[in-house]
Amino acid sequence: MIRLFLRDMTLAVRAGGGFGLGLAFFLIVTVLVPFGVGPQSETLRIIAPGVLWVGALLACLLSLDRIFQLDFEDGSLDLLATAPIPLEGVVLVKTAAHWVTTGLPLTLAAPVLGVLLNLAPQGYFWVVITLALGTPALSMIGAFGAALTVGLKRGGLLVSLLVLPLYMPTLIFGAETVRRGALGLETATPLMLMAGITLGAMALLPFAAAAALRINLR
Amino acid sequence: MLPEAPFLLEVRDLAVARGGLPVLQGVNFTLAPGEVMVLRGPNGAGKTTLLRTIAGLQPALGGEITTDPETIAYGAHADGLKATLTVQENLRFWAGIYGTGEIETALDLFNLQDLRDRAAQNLSAGQKRRLGLARLLVTGRNLWALDEPTVSLDTASVALFAQAVRTHCAEGGAALIATHIDLGLEARLFDITPHRATFAQGDAFGDEFDDDNDGAFL
Repeated sequence: MIRLFLRDMTLAVRAGGGFGLGLAFFLIVTVLVPFGVGPQSETLRIIAPGVLWVGALLACLLSLDRIFQLDFEDGSLDLLATAPIPLEGVVLVKTAAHWVTTGLPLTLAAPVLGVLLNLAPQGYFWVVITLALGTPALSMIGAFGAALTVGLKRGGLLVSLLVLPLYMPTLIFGAETVRRGALGLETATPLMLMAGITLGAMALLPFAAAAALRINLR
Repeated sequence: MLPEAPFLLEVRDLAVARGGLPVLQGVNFTLAPGEVMVLRGPNGAGKTTLLRTIAGLQPALGGEITTDPETIAYGAHADGLKATLTVQENLRFWAGIYGTGEIETALDLFNLQDLRDRAAQNLSAGQKRRLGLARLLVTGRNLWALDEPTVSLDTASVALFAQAVRTHCAEGGAALIATHIDLGLEARLFDITPHRATFAQGDAFGDEFDDDNDGAFL
């Protein structure tokens, strides 16, 4: 399993692996929004939590179809399915690799980019916390969507359509936590709900994704 | 499980389907340690489907396959190679997945020592195939289920492959190979043509497929 994780990381970092794609997209969104909104720093301050979260979510979405598609195309997925690792484990490991290459960099970049959006000083802490807790759910739900569409050529659009509604709760609670945190209000309820979604997704979706993969490999 | 099973694989009255259509039925054979069986049949007869079913990638339509799934190494048309990893890294990955860890014998046997630090994307088709076959050796599994293993191999490489199969069988392994060429191995031939699934009244298979599909959409 560690082998698989290390391989996926190596592949992501090498040429054409798509590492940094999500990060670059996130950067572009957060740089462009202030230009689009205009120089009212008060308006920016209000929308900053939402923009950061939407940007992170879309950046995550961008690389989803890579999770299984490349392995499916070159036959590795067939071979992994017959290997001694359970397919659920494969799903979990590949999700973890996806998170480390997209969710984690997004989390770390968010406070820096928050400056561009004039995020309230109390908000920085909460942006990092919510993204750290929320992006694993985005990767996990995305892996499930990718598993459902793995046999399809150019399934990216379908993945997005399938996955976006499932991303809503995480987005709502994530952005709400940051908004409350930035205003200095109590944040426990939305934070716990979001963390609950993440834990639920990580507990259930590996099985669902593995089942979807098995059907698609037939 | 019995410690000394007389057969590595026993197939009884097996029926397999591809895309929901039955392709083969009433397939019976056994494979004992040390044996090589060559599957013969025209294109589209169901050799690949049969191998995928035996490898556990798809469920059988009927009948029984008695084997330990942990003994089968499946070799498909696609080699499951990662273009940006070197020969060595590709093999090491699979060796790690199967928990064997030893790749030198495989590199020697398939004459890959000189290529070990070359990225898989810079290999020729035949060299890639050799690397894909070397993967079988690092799995450490007994029963090889191979789908057209000699595609794009030159005569010398086919001889290397035949030698590898011979060694494998001498060590108590077995191989089930779908191929059209003579490998120069002592092998049992199994022609799947008589086992093609029959429709109500049909002789020309291809026509039947079209008719059935049309019917399904009417």
